[in-house]
Amino acid sequence: MSDTHALRTASQRIAWTTTVVVSGLVLFFLMAPILAIMPLSFSSGAYLTYPLPGFSLRWYFDFLDSSRWMLSLKNSMIIGVSATILSMVLGTLASLGLAQWKSKFKPLVLAIVLSPVVVPGVITAVGLYFFFAPLGLTGSYSGLILAHTALCTPFVVITVSATLQSFDMNLSRAAASLGASPMVGFRRVILPLILPGLASGALFAFATSFDEVVIVLFMAGPEQRTLPREMFAGIRENISPTITAVAVVLTIISVILLASMELLRRRNERLKGNLHG
Amino acid sequence: MTAAFVAGADAPPEVPLKRRLRRAERARQFKALALILPLLAFLLFTFLGPIAGMLWHSVEDWEVPRALPHTVSALSRWDGKTLPDERAFAALAGDILEARADGTLATASKRLNYTISGFRTTLMSTARHLKTAPEPGTAKDTLIGIDKMWGEQETWAAIKGASGPLTDFYLLASLDLKRDNNGSIFAAPEDQAIYRDIFFRTFTIGFAVTALCLILGFPVAYLLATLPSNSANLLMICVLLPFWTSLLVRTCAWIVVLQTNGIVNDTLRWLGVIADPVQLVYNRFGVYVAMTHVLMPFMILPLYSVMKAIPPAYVRAASSLGASPTVAFLRIYLPQTIPGIGAGCLLVFILAIGYYITPALVGGAADQMISYFIAFYTTETVNWGLASALGAVLLLATVALAMVYGKLVHGQQMTGGMKN
Repeated sequence: MSDTHALRTASQRIAWTTTVVVSGLVLFFLMAPILAIMPLSFSSGAYLTYPLPGFSLRWYFDFLDSSRWMLSLKNSMIIGVSATILSMVLGTLASLGLAQWKSKFKPLVLAIVLSPVVVPGVITAVGLYFFFAPLGLTGSYSGLILAHTALCTPFVVITVSATLQSFDMNLSRAAASLGASPMVGFRRVILPLILPGLASGALFAFATSFDEVVIVLFMAGPEQRTLPREMFAGIRENISPTITAVAVVLTIISVILLASMELLRRRNERLKGNLHG
Repeated sequence: MTAAFVAGADAPPEVPLKRRLRRAERARQFKALALILPLLAFLLFTFLGPIAGMLWHSVEDWEVPRALPHTVSALSRWDGKTLPDERAFAALAGDILEARADGTLATASKRLNYTISGFRTTLMSTARHLKTAPEPGTAKDTLIGIDKMWGEQETWAAIKGASGPLTDFYLLASLDLKRDNNGSIFAAPEDQAIYRDIFFRTFTIGFAVTALCLILGFPVAYLLATLPSNSANLLMICVLLPFWTSLLVRTCAWIVVLQTNGIVNDTLRWLGVIADPVQLVYNRFGVYVAMTHVLMPFMILPLYSVMKAIPPAYVRAASSLGASPTVAFLRIYLPQTIPGIGAGCLLVFILAIGYYITPALVGGAADQMISYFIAFYTTETVNWGLASALGAVLLLATVALAMVYGKLVHGQQMTGGMKN
């Protein structure tokens, strides 16, 4: 790290300055659009242009008063929470199994379990649409929850498996040798240690479902429209300041999720440090 | 304890330890598999099954055999060289009357219309004119009398070609290929070839976005990997916050920023760079900007993790041996980042070619990628065969690239393990 401060030649200094300037512009490019629409949501006018005619919270009240937006928020929550719980159960069990399973089929099983992340959303959505329609699962909460669970589980498996990899299996053996049954060993020894990993998996799963729109686009009836689906419709028609208010609310939720992830990561590192140091 | 030990020693020498260990291990493996199975069963129902179903839709051909079963069996022995015999005409006339009555004629005529446009009109008008089954021996003349198309070999070849149960019609169509009457495959004429353009466009956008992400993401990843961790963590937020922000929010933000009286246009006009607003969104430019923005973190993060693992000693060693900074960078540093470049580029490209929402919202009609057409044929024109065939091609491309990615990342982990 110290060699960045001791740049000897002029060309090195120029190269470093270029890197800094270009990176600064790219980071600005990444943040700017999100920052740019935030003030617009507090505008008292109906147009999405600067300068703002005045400050008001009318678009936030508009969002809160709209039964359509509130229904979509409720739907997003119902589907997101249910899919998270389901994918946590399935994903955690599978991760525990995968950590111990030795087989030549393991790479194949892993590929299958992770494939929902890679397959383009439209393909999954079209397949589910064909498959679920005859079963009466389109236009229903259960269909959407099942579909979202399939999409969320890979993230749970990735996060929980990573946590299990750093988990010292000798600890559970120690518990067993001291007379703990497998259930007690899991609950009292394994679970507390992998809990931060489980929590990050849950956050990942929830964020995935909360942001998903393609499957909802194909499968949801008017009663199951989620927040992103409603935004999609709004952006298609014409972008009202209410949408920018919704965007800000969603961004705040993202910030909370991101901050929780970061806290969990730090906690996890501290735990590891305590164990090994 | 001692008692148990003695009891164990007294017992007849039963199962050897090796075998007992193996049995215990087998039980453990069985338990592990039992933990994985619920997820596999779940995915079979909610993911693998639906995808297999979609692939099945791309090759099945059920409409014509269901509506015109007697015609299909009459044509099974037809050589295709001359017009079929009176028997086939009579079978068709009977089938049309029945199919009209039970309502299966519409789907069959829609299917035949894909092979010959105008077939639907012929079939429907024939059904209208045909009041009763023609007298024995007059079916051929009656049908040709209603519509001259029945006197052409091509018409019958189309029915035979669509008589199922499996077809390669949709898969060939998705690649702008057709079969002629003899069954040999040929390329569709230039003016009818649309999917080649769409695939080309999809891959062009994918390549361009990947290149933009690499060019713009590389310096950022380098900076993040080189800076002291305090400032790097701070800058990392600028990468992670957009990454965690909803796709819809980011797409919406770009439309607001880039629209005709948006911030970018206003600023450029205020600066005097342009006199009139420039179209920056609902075109290819908007697609490139928004997709690069959305996919950039997928490039920066793998690059960063690879760069972070490169020991600075190598470049220092190169410098101490007399390499200029440029040479040290190009010959020592850059080659070590190639696994990260490969992983990032593949990841961005795989995600880019499957994109639907962003191009649909910020692109114009000429910027829609393959996913858009899959959705379009599924919900708008209800041509499920073609939608599934296009989906199969996209899926094949994605899975092939994902396997390369898997190999690459796996190899990386292995070399990473060796270094440690």
